[in-house]
Formats: sequence, structure tokens, C-alpha cells
Amino acid sequence: MSTGQRRIDIEDVGEVTVARFVDKKILDEGNIQIIGNQLFGLVEEDGRMKIVLDFTNVEYLSSAALGKLITLDKKVKKARGKLRLCSIRPEIYEVFAITKLNKLFDIREDQEAALEGL
Amino acid sequence: MSAVDQCRISIPSDTAKGQEVQERIVGELERREYPPRDIFGMRLSLEEGIINAIKHGNRNDPQKSVHIEWYISDEKVRVEIEDEGAGFRPEDVPDPTLEENLERPSGRGIMLMKAFLTLVEYNDRGNRLVLEKIRGVDPPGHDD
Repeated sequence: MSTGQRRIDIEDVGEVTVARFVDKKILDEGNIQIIGNQLFGLVEEDGRMKIVLDFTNVEYLSSAALGKLITLDKKVKKARGKLRLCSIRPEIYEVFAITKLNKLFDIREDQEAALEGL
Repeated sequence: MSAVDQCRISIPSDTAKGQEVQERIVGELERREYPPRDIFGMRLSLEEGIINAIKHGNRNDPQKSVHIEWYISDEKVRVEIEDEGAGFRPEDVPDPTLEENLERPSGRGIMLMKAFLTLVEYNDRGNRLVLEKIRGVDPPGHDD
């Protein structure tokens, strides 16, 4: 896999950046590293302030991926931006609930709900 | 009813090799038509367990190996993952769900394994992990 390969699709909806994961499995370390860098770049390089992460495609997610999301959340907060997560299937939501990260993240049902009032 | 699948292999400290083992075990569970929740939990646990062994156990040392042994029947899957590191004390890993630890980016792997599997156990040295899932049985304390 090339390190430059895009692992997230970006779509601009007004002022909001919708980032949709391409992969079904966000498990392997190398892949997670690339995804993390691409997500951090949205805030640190592109200066995007309102981000919605769309999990429609995601079937598996490891604790290392959760770590990247936590770091992204910190970066967005530092930049005084807003981050929302959406379209998380039940098994994946359970991973957030077990680790109590459903309290840390602003999780919405679907993209429409995530965009509302952002 | 299929015969028991039993195997022991050693892989280098390479996550790609770890993925191959993960696919082999998960493929066997799929072939035996384990429930999707069992497969989800075992895949997640294998990922967490093998990565921990490579990264934290062997500290990515290419000279060290990870030894993986599995037993899969139609009723139960048991996987043992052993690294060549010094080991650790699982009780030293801070509770990631406490308010003060919620923003820590690591330390959630063991908790996830325990939430999905029937048994998650380390040896005394902390370099050998046992993962067990009885078909269709949720771990103690699971409340749905």
C-alpha cells in the first residue's frame, strides 16, 4: 500500500467538511497511521474547523483507531473547531460505549443529523 | 460437524504477518458459521492481542517472534498469543473509562477483548495471552 493513498473521502457541505472512511476495517497499524495523518491534516494544514466523520463503511475498528480519533478530537478542540461522528453501526457503537468514548465524542445518527446546526 | 482445527505457528514481529494469522482464524470461524458477534469480537481481540505482543511485548524487535496457537471446534475457539518480551501486569494499565483517562489515546485493547470474549487471561509473567470464545455465549456481566 502506498503511504500517499487516500483512506478518507472528503466532501465539502457548506462550511462543513464531511470525511468518510474508505476502509471497512480500520485495524492495521500502518493503515491507521495514514488515516490519522490525513485526518490531522484537515485541521492542522487545511485549517478546517467543522468536521463530520462518516462511519458508513466501517465494519471494524481497533483501539489504535480510537486513539487517533481521540487525538483528532483534541486537535479540533485546540483549534476551537467542532467534530461530530455519524452513521456508526451498532457493533462499532458498542466499542465506543464499552470504552465510554460515546461521552467524549458528539455522535449523531446519520450525516443529516450531524450537519444540523453545526 | 467439522473436525477440530488446531495449529501452532510462530511469526516475526511484523503486523502484516499478524494480519495473515488473523485472517486464517477468522476464515475458519466464518466457515463454521459462528455468529457475526462472535466473529466481530474475535477479530477485534486478535488484532489487539497480536499488536500488543508485537509492539509492547517484543517492542517491534525483528529478532523476536510471536507464537500463536489455536484450537477451533464448532463450539469453542481458543487462541494463545505469546511474545518474547519481559511481560507486564495487566492491573497496571489505568482504567481508560475513568474521567481523567478518557482522553488518553491508548489502553483500551484489553477492555475491548474482555467485553466481547468469554475468557481473556494473561499468565503471571504477562507475556502469554489466552483468548476464548464459546460459540454464542456472551461474557459475564454483558447485559443485553
